[in-house]
Amino acid sequence: MSGIIERSVDVAVIGGGPGGLGAAIKAREAGAKNVVLLERSEELGGMLPQCIHNGFGLHYFKEELSGPAYIHRLVKELAKTDVDVMTQTMAIKLEGTRITALTEKTLTRINAKAVILGMGCRERSRGNIRIPGHRPAGVFTAGTAQRLINVEGYIPGKKVVILGSGDIGMIMARRLTLEGAEVVCLVELLPFIGGLIRNEVQCLRDFNIPVYTSHTVSDVIGKNRVEKVVISQIDKELKPIPGTEKEFEADTLLLSVGLIPENELSTMTGVKLEPTGGPQVDDLWQTSVSGIFAGGNVVHVHDLADYVTESSEMAAVNAVKYINGYLPVERKVNVKGGKNIRYVVPNTIVSNQPVSFFMRVTWPLKNATVRIGGLVSKKYAFVRPSEQIRIDVPAEMMKGFREDIIVNCDGEEDVAR
Amino acid sequence: MNRKAEVICLQCPLACRVEVEVDKDNKVVSASNYKCKRGKTYAAQEIINPVRVLTTTVRVLTRDQIHPLLPVTTREAIPKGLLQDAMKQLAGIEVKTPVKYGDVICPNILNTGVDVVATSEVLN
Repeated sequence: MSGIIERSVDVAVIGGGPGGLGAAIKAREAGAKNVVLLERSEELGGMLPQCIHNGFGLHYFKEELSGPAYIHRLVKELAKTDVDVMTQTMAIKLEGTRITALTEKTLTRINAKAVILGMGCRERSRGNIRIPGHRPAGVFTAGTAQRLINVEGYIPGKKVVILGSGDIGMIMARRLTLEGAEVVCLVELLPFIGGLIRNEVQCLRDFNIPVYTSHTVSDVIGKNRVEKVVISQIDKELKPIPGTEKEFEADTLLLSVGLIPENELSTMTGVKLEPTGGPQVDDLWQTSVSGIFAGGNVVHVHDLADYVTESSEMAAVNAVKYINGYLPVERKVNVKGGKNIRYVVPNTIVSNQPVSFFMRVTWPLKNATVRIGGLVSKKYAFVRPSEQIRIDVPAEMMKGFREDIIVNCDGEEDVAR
Repeated sequence: MNRKAEVICLQCPLACRVEVEVDKDNKVVSASNYKCKRGKTYAAQEIINPVRVLTTTVRVLTRDQIHPLLPVTTREAIPKGLLQDAMKQLAGIEVKTPVKYGDVICPNILNTGVDVVATSEVLN
Protein backbone atom coordinates (compact mmCIF):
# COMPACT_ATOMS: atom_id res chain seq x y z
CA MET A 1 0.00 0.00 0.00
CA SER A 2 1.38 3.36 -0.90
CA GLY A 3 0.71 6.23 1.47
CA ILE A 4 -0.11 9.81 0.58
CA ILE A 5 2.88 11.78 -0.65
CA GLU A 6 3.10 15.19 1.03
CA ARG A 7 4.88 18.12 -0.54
CA SER A 8 5.06 21.86 -0.13
CA VAL A 9 5.33 24.40 -2.94
CA ASP A 10 5.08 28.14 -3.40
CA VAL A 11 2.56 28.09 -6.24
CA ALA A 12 0.36 25.29 -7.56
CA VAL A 13 -1.38 25.82 -10.89
CA ILE A 14 -4.38 23.61 -11.64
CA GLY A 15 -4.84 23.03 -15.38
CA GLY A 16 -2.29 22.95 -18.23
CA GLY A 17 -4.12 24.82 -21.00
CA PRO A 18 -3.16 28.23 -22.45
CA GLY A 19 -3.97 29.82 -19.08
CA GLY A 20 -2.23 27.38 -16.74
CA LEU A 21 0.90 27.26 -18.91
CA GLY A 22 1.13 31.06 -18.91
CA ALA A 23 0.50 31.20 -15.16
CA ALA A 24 3.17 28.60 -14.32
CA ILE A 25 5.83 30.28 -16.47
CA LYS A 26 4.96 33.72 -15.09
CA ALA A 27 4.86 32.59 -11.45
CA ARG A 28 8.42 31.24 -11.75
CA GLU A 29 9.57 34.36 -13.58
CA ALA A 30 8.03 36.57 -10.88
CA GLY A 31 10.11 34.80 -8.24
CA ALA A 32 8.10 31.88 -6.88
CA LYS A 33 10.71 29.26 -5.95
CA ASN A 34 8.89 26.06 -6.58
CA VAL A 35 5.97 25.91 -8.92
CA VAL A 36 3.94 22.82 -9.75
CA LEU A 37 1.54 22.48 -12.69
CA LEU A 38 -1.20 19.83 -12.51
CA GLU A 39 -2.83 18.55 -15.70
CA ARG A 40 -5.34 15.70 -15.71
CA SER A 41 -4.82 14.78 -19.37
CA GLU A 42 -1.76 12.94 -20.70
CA GLU A 43 -0.62 16.02 -22.59
CA LEU A 44 -0.47 19.77 -22.04
CA GLY A 45 -2.51 22.28 -23.97
CA GLY A 46 -6.10 21.89 -22.86
CA MET A 47 -8.44 22.29 -25.82
CA LEU A 48 -5.90 23.90 -28.14
CA PRO A 49 -4.23 20.79 -29.62
CA GLN A 50 -7.56 20.02 -31.32
CA CYS A 51 -8.10 23.60 -32.56
CA ILE A 52 -6.14 23.18 -35.80
CA HIS A 53 -7.57 26.35 -37.37
CA ASN A 54 -5.65 29.62 -37.45
CA GLY A 55 -6.23 32.81 -35.53
CA PHE A 56 -4.33 32.15 -32.32
CA GLY A 57 -1.39 34.20 -31.07
CA LEU A 58 -1.91 37.47 -32.98
CA HIS A 59 -1.85 39.43 -29.72
CA TYR A 60 0.41 37.31 -27.53
CA PHE A 61 3.03 36.14 -30.07
CA LYS A 62 2.35 38.86 -32.71
CA GLU A 63 1.99 36.07 -35.25
CA GLU A 64 -0.97 34.05 -36.53
CA LEU A 65 -0.74 30.46 -35.31
CA SER A 66 -2.84 27.30 -35.15
CA GLY A 67 -3.94 26.02 -31.74
CA PRO A 68 -1.27 23.29 -31.65
CA ALA A 69 1.40 25.82 -32.67
CA TYR A 70 0.31 28.26 -29.94
CA ILE A 71 0.65 25.52 -27.32
CA HIS A 72 3.95 24.36 -28.84
CA ARG A 73 5.38 27.85 -28.21
CA LEU A 74 4.18 27.97 -24.60
CA VAL A 75 5.42 24.43 -23.85
CA LYS A 76 8.84 25.38 -25.24
CA GLU A 77 8.93 28.36 -22.86
CA LEU A 78 7.85 26.13 -19.99
CA ALA A 79 10.61 23.63 -20.78
CA LYS A 80 13.19 26.37 -20.13
CA THR A 81 11.99 26.64 -16.52
CA ASP A 82 12.17 24.23 -13.58
CA VAL A 83 8.38 24.17 -13.15
CA ASP A 84 7.37 20.68 -12.03
CA VAL A 85 4.85 19.48 -14.61
CA MET A 86 2.56 16.66 -13.47
CA THR A 87 0.42 15.29 -16.29
CA GLN A 88 -2.18 12.57 -15.75
CA THR A 89 -2.70 14.19 -12.39
CA MET A 90 -6.16 15.23 -11.32
CA ALA A 91 -6.80 17.61 -8.46
CA ILE A 92 -9.72 16.02 -6.64
CA LYS A 93 -9.94 18.15 -3.53
CA LEU A 94 -9.20 21.73 -2.62
CA GLU A 95 -9.08 22.89 1.02
CA GLY A 96 -7.91 26.48 1.07
CA THR A 97 -4.57 26.32 -0.73
CA ARG A 98 -4.07 22.62 -0.01
CA ILE A 99 -4.67 20.33 -2.98
CA THR A 100 -5.24 16.59 -2.97
CA ALA A 101 -4.36 15.17 -6.37
CA LEU A 102 -4.66 11.74 -7.86
CA THR A 103 -1.74 10.62 -10.01
CA GLU A 104 -1.47 7.37 -11.90
CA LYS A 105 -0.27 5.50 -8.84
CA THR A 106 -0.65 7.61 -5.71
CA LEU A 107 -2.43 10.37 -3.91
CA THR A 108 -0.37 13.50 -3.52
CA ARG A 109 -1.11 16.27 -1.07
CA ILE A 110 0.29 19.60 -2.16
CA ASN A 111 0.53 22.32 0.43
CA ALA A 112 0.80 25.47 -1.64
CA LYS A 113 1.24 29.03 -0.43
CA ALA A 114 -0.94 30.15 -3.33
CA VAL A 115 -3.09 28.32 -5.87
CA ILE A 116 -3.94 29.49 -9.39
CA LEU A 117 -7.13 28.06 -10.87
CA GLY A 118 -6.74 27.35 -14.56
CA MET A 119 -9.35 24.65 -15.14
CA GLY A 120 -10.98 26.44 -18.05
CA CYS A 121 -14.49 25.57 -19.08
CA ARG A 122 -16.42 22.69 -20.52
CA GLU A 123 -19.18 22.42 -23.06
CA ARG A 124 -22.85 22.34 -22.21
CA SER A 125 -24.24 18.95 -23.17
CA ARG A 126 -27.61 17.55 -24.16
CA GLY A 127 -28.52 17.15 -20.48
CA ASN A 128 -27.82 20.84 -19.81
CA ILE A 129 -30.31 22.03 -22.42
CA ARG A 130 -32.84 19.18 -22.10
CA ILE A 131 -33.45 18.26 -25.73
CA PRO A 132 -36.46 15.95 -25.88
CA GLY A 133 -36.64 12.74 -27.90
CA HIS A 134 -34.89 9.39 -28.13
CA ARG A 135 -31.44 8.76 -26.72
CA PRO A 136 -29.58 7.18 -29.64
CA ALA A 137 -25.86 7.34 -30.39
CA GLY A 138 -24.79 10.20 -32.63
CA VAL A 139 -25.33 13.21 -30.35
CA PHE A 140 -22.01 14.90 -29.65
CA THR A 141 -20.81 18.22 -28.33
CA ALA A 142 -19.02 20.16 -31.08
CA GLY A 143 -15.76 19.94 -29.11
CA THR A 144 -15.96 16.16 -28.87
CA ALA A 145 -16.49 15.95 -32.63
CA GLN A 146 -13.55 18.32 -33.07
CA ARG A 147 -11.29 16.05 -31.03
CA LEU A 148 -12.47 12.95 -32.93
CA ILE A 149 -11.80 14.52 -36.33
CA ASN A 150 -8.67 16.57 -35.66
CA VAL A 151 -6.79 14.47 -33.10
CA GLU A 152 -8.00 10.89 -33.23
CA GLY A 153 -8.83 10.68 -36.94
CA TYR A 154 -12.48 9.63 -36.93
CA ILE A 155 -15.42 11.29 -38.67
CA PRO A 156 -18.36 11.23 -36.24
CA GLY A 157 -21.09 11.11 -38.90
CA LYS A 158 -22.04 11.66 -42.54
CA LYS A 159 -25.19 13.81 -42.32
CA VAL A 160 -24.97 16.34 -39.56
CA VAL A 161 -27.30 18.88 -37.94
CA ILE A 162 -25.57 21.45 -35.74
CA LEU A 163 -27.42 23.21 -32.92
CA GLY A 164 -25.87 26.49 -31.81
CA SER A 165 -23.98 29.11 -33.78
CA GLY A 166 -21.09 29.66 -31.42
CA ASP A 167 -17.65 29.74 -32.99
CA ILE A 168 -16.90 26.05 -32.36
CA GLY A 169 -20.20 25.04 -34.02
CA MET A 170 -19.45 27.13 -37.12
CA ILE A 171 -15.84 25.97 -37.33
CA MET A 172 -17.06 22.36 -37.15
CA ALA A 173 -19.57 23.03 -39.94
CA ARG A 174 -16.64 23.96 -42.21
CA ARG A 175 -14.41 21.17 -40.96
CA LEU A 176 -17.06 18.46 -41.48
CA THR A 177 -17.85 19.76 -44.97
CA LEU A 178 -14.17 19.78 -45.96
CA GLU A 179 -13.79 16.22 -44.62
CA GLY A 180 -16.66 15.06 -46.83
CA ALA A 181 -19.64 15.02 -44.47
CA GLU A 182 -22.86 16.84 -45.31
CA VAL A 183 -23.90 19.57 -42.89
CA VAL A 184 -27.67 19.50 -43.32
CA CYS A 185 -28.27 22.74 -41.46
CA LEU A 186 -27.21 24.88 -38.52
CA VAL A 187 -29.89 25.85 -36.02
CA GLU A 188 -29.73 28.84 -33.64
CA LEU A 189 -32.15 29.65 -30.83
CA LEU A 190 -31.55 33.41 -30.95
CA PRO A 191 -32.46 35.62 -33.91
CA PHE A 192 -28.76 36.24 -34.64
CA ILE A 193 -25.57 34.20 -35.12
CA GLY A 194 -23.71 33.73 -31.84
CA GLY A 195 -20.10 33.66 -33.05
CA LEU A 196 -17.80 35.98 -34.97
CA ILE A 197 -18.88 37.40 -38.34
CA ARG A 198 -15.65 36.12 -39.87
CA ASN A 199 -16.75 32.58 -39.03
CA GLU A 200 -20.27 33.22 -40.29
CA VAL A 201 -18.76 34.19 -43.65
CA GLN A 202 -15.91 31.70 -43.93
CA CYS A 203 -17.55 28.67 -42.28
CA LEU A 204 -21.24 28.96 -43.22
CA ARG A 205 -21.68 31.22 -46.26
CA ASP A 206 -18.59 29.86 -48.04
CA PHE A 207 -20.12 26.37 -47.98
CA ASN A 208 -23.78 27.38 -48.47
CA ILE A 209 -24.83 25.84 -45.17
CA PRO A 210 -28.51 26.48 -44.47
CA VAL A 211 -29.03 28.47 -41.26
CA TYR A 212 -32.25 28.56 -39.21
CA THR A 213 -32.21 31.34 -36.61
CA SER A 214 -34.98 31.57 -33.96
CA HIS A 215 -35.25 27.78 -34.20
CA THR A 216 -34.33 24.92 -31.90
CA VAL A 217 -34.13 21.12 -31.99
CA SER A 218 -37.52 19.90 -30.76
CA ASP A 219 -37.09 16.15 -31.27
CA VAL A 220 -34.41 13.55 -31.90
CA ILE A 221 -35.58 10.33 -33.57
CA GLY A 222 -33.59 7.10 -33.78
CA LYS A 223 -33.37 3.71 -32.15
CA ASN A 224 -29.66 2.92 -32.03
CA ARG A 225 -28.27 5.81 -34.04
CA VAL A 226 -29.76 9.25 -34.77
CA GLU A 227 -32.06 8.89 -37.82
CA LYS A 228 -33.92 12.19 -37.88
CA VAL A 229 -33.62 15.58 -36.23
CA VAL A 230 -36.73 17.75 -35.93
CA ILE A 231 -36.42 21.51 -35.56
CA SER A 232 -39.10 24.06 -34.70
CA GLN A 233 -39.42 27.80 -34.74
CA ILE A 234 -39.52 29.30 -31.24
CA ASP A 235 -41.73 31.92 -29.62
CA LYS A 236 -40.76 34.90 -27.42
CA GLU A 237 -40.38 32.57 -24.42
CA LEU A 238 -37.96 30.44 -26.51
CA LYS A 239 -40.51 27.58 -26.61
CA PRO A 240 -41.06 25.56 -29.83
CA ILE A 241 -44.17 26.65 -31.77
CA PRO A 242 -46.37 23.63 -32.64
CA GLY A 243 -46.96 23.27 -36.37
CA THR A 244 -43.60 24.77 -37.40
CA GLU A 245 -41.68 21.47 -37.30
CA LYS A 246 -39.16 20.64 -40.04
CA GLU A 247 -37.77 17.13 -40.21
CA PHE A 248 -34.24 16.38 -41.46
CA GLU A 249 -32.66 13.02 -42.12
CA ALA A 250 -29.39 12.98 -40.21
CA ASP A 251 -27.14 10.52 -38.40
CA THR A 252 -25.49 13.07 -36.16
CA LEU A 253 -26.46 16.04 -34.01
CA LEU A 254 -23.69 18.37 -32.83
CA LEU A 255 -24.23 20.75 -29.93
CA SER A 256 -22.45 24.09 -29.75
CA VAL A 257 -24.60 25.57 -27.03
CA GLY A 258 -22.25 27.36 -24.71
CA LEU A 259 -19.44 26.80 -22.28
CA ILE A 260 -19.53 26.59 -18.49
CA PRO A 261 -16.51 27.48 -16.35
CA GLU A 262 -15.43 24.35 -14.52
CA ASN A 263 -15.53 25.20 -10.81
CA GLU A 264 -16.38 22.06 -8.84
CA LEU A 265 -12.98 22.26 -7.14
CA SER A 266 -13.33 25.96 -6.40
CA THR A 267 -16.72 25.65 -4.67
CA MET A 268 -15.38 22.74 -2.58
CA THR A 269 -13.39 25.23 -0.57
CA GLY A 270 -15.95 28.02 -0.54
CA VAL A 271 -14.87 30.11 -3.53
CA LYS A 272 -17.93 32.26 -4.30
CA LEU A 273 -19.27 32.01 -7.86
CA GLU A 274 -21.07 34.53 -10.06
CA PRO A 275 -24.24 33.61 -12.02
CA THR A 276 -21.96 32.99 -15.06
CA GLY A 277 -20.47 30.01 -13.18
CA GLY A 278 -17.09 31.71 -12.79
CA PRO A 279 -15.60 32.72 -9.43
CA GLN A 280 -15.92 36.26 -8.15
CA VAL A 281 -12.53 37.88 -8.64
CA ASP A 282 -11.03 41.22 -7.71
CA ASP A 283 -8.82 43.29 -9.99
CA LEU A 284 -5.81 41.31 -8.75
CA TRP A 285 -7.55 38.09 -9.90
CA GLN A 286 -7.89 36.84 -6.32
CA THR A 287 -11.07 34.87 -5.56
CA SER A 288 -13.14 35.19 -2.39
CA VAL A 289 -10.76 32.71 -0.71
CA SER A 290 -7.45 34.19 0.37
CA GLY A 291 -4.50 32.82 -1.63
CA ILE A 292 -6.62 31.34 -4.42
CA PHE A 293 -6.26 33.20 -7.69
CA ALA A 294 -7.92 32.46 -11.03
CA GLY A 295 -7.32 33.29 -14.69
CA GLY A 296 -8.61 32.42 -18.13
CA ASN A 297 -11.84 30.64 -18.98
CA VAL A 298 -12.40 29.29 -15.47
CA VAL A 299 -13.34 32.92 -14.63
CA HIS A 300 -15.29 33.82 -17.77
CA VAL A 301 -15.22 32.58 -21.35
CA HIS A 302 -12.73 34.63 -23.37
CA ASP A 303 -12.86 35.36 -27.12
CA LEU A 304 -9.18 34.58 -27.63
CA ALA A 305 -6.67 32.14 -26.15
CA ASP A 306 -4.24 35.07 -26.07
CA TYR A 307 -6.40 36.83 -23.45
CA VAL A 308 -6.64 33.58 -21.48
CA THR A 309 -2.86 33.46 -21.23
CA GLU A 310 -2.68 37.16 -20.42
CA SER A 311 -5.21 37.12 -17.56
CA SER A 312 -3.64 33.98 -16.10
CA GLU A 313 -0.24 35.67 -16.13
CA MET A 314 -1.73 38.58 -14.18
CA ALA A 315 -3.16 36.09 -11.67
CA ALA A 316 0.32 34.55 -11.35
CA VAL A 317 2.09 37.87 -10.78
CA ASN A 318 -0.36 38.74 -8.01
CA ALA A 319 -0.16 35.26 -6.48
CA VAL A 320 3.59 35.78 -6.08
CA LYS A 321 3.01 39.22 -4.54
CA TYR A 322 0.57 37.57 -2.12
CA ILE A 323 3.17 35.00 -1.08
CA ASN A 324 5.70 37.76 -0.49
CA GLY A 325 3.18 39.68 1.60
CA TYR A 326 2.78 42.80 -0.53
CA LEU A 327 -0.48 42.39 -2.40
CA PRO A 328 -1.55 46.02 -2.89
CA VAL A 329 -5.03 45.88 -1.33
CA GLU A 330 -6.28 49.40 -0.56
CA ARG A 331 -10.10 49.25 -0.26
CA LYS A 332 -12.97 47.38 -1.81
CA VAL A 333 -15.29 48.74 -4.50
CA ASN A 334 -18.04 46.52 -5.94
CA VAL A 335 -18.55 46.30 -9.71
CA LYS A 336 -21.94 45.33 -11.11
CA GLY A 337 -23.38 44.87 -14.59
CA GLY A 338 -26.36 47.16 -15.31
CA LYS A 339 -28.32 47.84 -18.49
CA ASN A 340 -27.64 45.34 -21.31
CA ILE A 341 -24.57 43.95 -19.55
CA ARG A 342 -24.64 40.18 -19.04
CA TYR A 343 -21.58 40.17 -16.83
CA VAL A 344 -18.53 42.20 -15.98
CA VAL A 345 -15.14 41.09 -14.63
CA PRO A 346 -13.57 41.93 -12.17
CA ASN A 347 -16.35 41.93 -9.57
CA THR A 348 -14.47 44.06 -7.06
CA ILE A 349 -11.64 46.58 -7.22
CA VAL A 350 -9.17 46.49 -4.36
CA SER A 351 -5.97 48.08 -5.71
CA ASN A 352 -5.04 51.48 -7.06
CA GLN A 353 -3.51 49.93 -10.14
CA PRO A 354 -4.81 50.30 -13.69
CA VAL A 355 -7.86 48.05 -14.21
CA SER A 356 -9.05 46.24 -17.33
CA PHE A 357 -12.80 45.68 -17.31
CA PHE A 358 -14.06 42.75 -19.40
CA MET A 359 -17.75 42.44 -20.23
CA ARG A 360 -20.33 41.01 -22.57
CA VAL A 361 -23.61 42.56 -23.63
CA THR A 362 -26.93 40.73 -23.48
CA TRP A 363 -28.34 41.98 -26.80
CA PRO A 364 -26.72 43.41 -29.98
CA LEU A 365 -26.94 47.22 -30.23
CA LYS A 366 -25.67 49.83 -32.68
CA ASN A 367 -24.33 53.31 -31.90
CA ALA A 368 -23.73 52.05 -28.40
CA THR A 369 -22.05 53.65 -25.39
CA VAL A 370 -20.59 51.65 -22.53
CA ARG A 371 -20.16 53.54 -19.24
CA ILE A 372 -17.95 52.25 -16.43
CA GLY A 373 -19.75 54.02 -13.54
CA GLY A 374 -18.73 57.66 -13.59
CA LEU A 375 -15.17 56.77 -14.57
CA VAL A 376 -15.02 56.39 -18.33
CA SER A 377 -17.29 55.80 -21.28
CA LYS A 378 -16.54 54.38 -24.69
CA LYS A 379 -18.53 54.49 -27.94
CA TYR A 380 -19.01 51.52 -30.28
CA ALA A 381 -20.59 51.34 -33.74
CA PHE A 382 -21.82 47.87 -32.75
CA VAL A 383 -21.82 45.76 -29.59
CA ARG A 384 -22.59 42.06 -29.88
CA PRO A 385 -22.82 39.28 -27.27
CA SER A 386 -20.20 37.32 -29.22
CA GLU A 387 -17.63 40.09 -28.97
CA GLN A 388 -16.12 40.74 -25.61
CA ILE A 389 -15.67 44.37 -24.64
CA ARG A 390 -12.54 45.47 -22.85
CA ILE A 391 -12.13 48.90 -21.33
CA ASP A 392 -8.93 49.94 -19.58
CA VAL A 393 -9.09 52.48 -16.77
CA PRO A 394 -5.79 54.16 -15.84
CA ALA A 395 -4.39 54.04 -12.30
CA GLU A 396 -4.85 57.76 -11.61
CA MET A 397 -8.63 57.41 -12.09
CA MET A 398 -8.84 54.44 -9.72
CA LYS A 399 -6.86 56.13 -6.94
CA GLY A 400 -9.06 56.82 -3.93
CA PHE A 401 -12.19 55.73 -5.82
CA ARG A 402 -14.70 54.42 -3.28
CA GLU A 403 -18.17 54.30 -4.87
CA ASP A 404 -19.67 51.10 -6.28
CA ILE A 405 -19.31 50.90 -10.07
CA ILE A 406 -22.29 50.06 -12.27
CA VAL A 407 -21.51 49.28 -15.92
CA ASN A 408 -24.27 50.23 -18.40
CA CYS A 409 -24.60 49.91 -22.15
CA ASP A 410 -27.03 52.11 -24.09
CA GLY A 411 -27.72 52.21 -27.82
CA GLU A 412 -30.16 51.44 -30.60
CA GLU A 413 -31.45 47.92 -31.11
CA ASP A 414 -29.66 46.24 -34.01
CA VAL A 415 -31.85 43.11 -34.02
CA ALA A 416 -35.52 43.18 -33.02
CA ARG A 417 -36.21 41.20 -29.85
CA MET B 1 -22.06 38.72 -68.42
CA ASN B 2 -21.84 40.91 -65.35
CA ARG B 3 -21.74 39.23 -61.96
CA LYS B 4 -23.23 40.63 -58.77
CA ALA B 5 -22.71 39.69 -55.13
CA GLU B 6 -23.37 40.86 -51.61
CA VAL B 7 -20.08 40.64 -49.74
CA ILE B 8 -19.83 40.98 -45.97
CA CYS B 9 -16.68 43.01 -45.39
CA LEU B 10 -14.40 41.56 -42.70
CA GLN B 11 -11.98 44.48 -42.48
CA CYS B 12 -13.51 46.00 -39.33
CA PRO B 13 -16.37 45.32 -36.85
CA LEU B 14 -18.83 47.39 -38.91
CA ALA B 15 -19.14 44.39 -41.29
CA CYS B 16 -20.63 46.38 -44.21
CA ARG B 17 -22.77 44.33 -46.58
CA VAL B 18 -21.23 45.62 -49.80
CA GLU B 19 -23.18 45.27 -53.06
CA VAL B 20 -20.61 44.76 -55.80
CA GLU B 21 -20.87 44.11 -59.54
CA VAL B 22 -18.10 43.18 -62.02
CA ASP B 23 -18.15 42.83 -65.81
CA LYS B 24 -16.86 39.91 -67.88
CA ASP B 25 -13.27 41.22 -67.60
CA ASN B 26 -13.54 41.36 -63.80
CA LYS B 27 -13.66 45.16 -63.77
CA VAL B 28 -15.75 46.60 -60.94
CA VAL B 29 -18.78 48.25 -62.55
CA SER B 30 -20.47 49.29 -59.34
CA ALA B 31 -20.08 49.02 -55.58
CA SER B 32 -22.38 50.37 -52.91
CA ASN B 33 -23.33 50.13 -49.26
CA TYR B 34 -19.80 50.45 -47.88
CA LYS B 35 -18.49 53.03 -45.42
CA CYS B 36 -14.80 53.19 -46.39
CA LYS B 37 -12.67 52.31 -49.40
CA ARG B 38 -11.31 49.18 -47.69
CA GLY B 39 -14.82 47.78 -48.04
CA LYS B 40 -14.83 48.42 -51.80
CA THR B 41 -11.38 46.85 -52.27
CA TYR B 42 -12.30 43.84 -50.13
CA ALA B 43 -15.60 43.28 -51.96
CA ALA B 44 -13.82 43.44 -55.31
CA GLN B 45 -11.27 40.85 -54.16
CA GLU B 46 -14.05 38.62 -52.83
CA ILE B 47 -15.98 38.63 -56.12
CA ILE B 48 -12.96 38.44 -58.46
CA ASN B 49 -10.69 35.98 -56.64
CA PRO B 50 -11.74 35.02 -53.10
CA VAL B 51 -8.90 33.30 -51.22
CA ARG B 52 -8.81 31.32 -47.97
CA VAL B 53 -6.18 29.78 -45.73
CA LEU B 54 -6.81 26.03 -45.50
CA THR B 55 -6.11 24.25 -42.22
CA THR B 56 -6.55 20.49 -42.00
CA THR B 57 -4.71 17.33 -40.98
CA VAL B 58 -2.65 14.65 -42.74
CA ARG B 59 -1.81 11.12 -41.65
CA VAL B 60 1.45 10.66 -39.85
CA LEU B 61 3.23 7.32 -39.55
CA THR B 62 3.82 7.34 -35.82
CA ARG B 63 4.02 4.85 -33.00
CA ASP B 64 1.64 7.10 -31.07
CA GLN B 65 -1.76 5.40 -31.36
CA ILE B 66 -3.75 8.30 -29.89
CA HIS B 67 -2.38 10.93 -32.28
CA PRO B 68 -2.33 9.54 -35.82
CA LEU B 69 -2.71 13.02 -37.39
CA LEU B 70 -0.54 16.04 -38.03
CA PRO B 71 -2.18 19.48 -38.24
CA VAL B 72 -1.15 21.48 -41.33
CA THR B 73 -1.89 24.82 -42.95
CA THR B 74 -1.39 26.47 -46.31
CA ARG B 75 1.32 29.08 -45.72
CA GLU B 76 -0.81 31.64 -47.54
CA ALA B 77 -4.40 31.82 -48.71
CA ILE B 78 -5.31 29.85 -51.84
CA PRO B 79 -8.29 30.37 -54.19
CA LYS B 80 -11.50 29.43 -52.41
CA GLY B 81 -12.61 27.22 -55.29
CA LEU B 82 -9.58 24.96 -54.77
CA LEU B 83 -10.28 24.06 -51.13
CA GLN B 84 -12.00 20.72 -51.85
CA ASP B 85 -9.36 19.67 -54.42
CA ALA B 86 -6.62 20.57 -51.95
CA MET B 87 -8.34 18.40 -49.32
CA LYS B 88 -8.37 15.49 -51.77
CA GLN B 89 -4.70 15.85 -52.55
CA LEU B 90 -3.77 16.06 -48.84
CA ALA B 91 -5.88 12.98 -48.07
CA GLY B 92 -3.34 10.90 -50.00
CA ILE B 93 -0.34 12.10 -48.03
CA GLU B 94 1.38 10.14 -45.26
CA VAL B 95 4.16 11.88 -43.39
CA LYS B 96 7.17 10.13 -41.88
CA THR B 97 8.49 11.13 -38.46
CA PRO B 98 10.23 13.13 -37.20
CA VAL B 99 8.28 16.11 -38.46
CA LYS B 100 8.95 19.55 -37.08
CA TYR B 101 6.91 22.69 -36.82
CA GLY B 102 7.01 24.52 -40.18
CA ASP B 103 8.22 21.52 -42.22
CA VAL B 104 6.87 21.54 -45.78
CA ILE B 105 4.37 18.69 -46.11
CA CYS B 106 3.19 19.41 -49.64
CA PRO B 107 5.09 21.93 -51.79
CA ASN B 108 3.21 24.12 -54.27
CA ILE B 109 -0.21 22.56 -53.73
CA LEU B 110 -2.29 22.43 -56.96
CA ASN B 111 0.29 24.70 -58.61
CA THR B 112 -0.82 27.64 -56.52
CA GLY B 113 2.77 28.41 -55.54
CA VAL B 114 1.72 27.92 -51.91
CA ASP B 115 3.28 25.28 -49.63
CA VAL B 116 1.39 23.30 -47.03
CA VAL B 117 3.34 23.19 -43.77
CA ALA B 118 3.11 21.42 -40.39
CA THR B 119 1.68 23.40 -37.48
CA SER B 120 2.76 20.91 -34.86
CA GLU B 121 5.52 18.39 -34.19
CA VAL B 122 5.57 14.61 -34.06
CA LEU B 123 9.03 13.43 -33.10
CA ASN B 124 8.66 9.65 -33.21
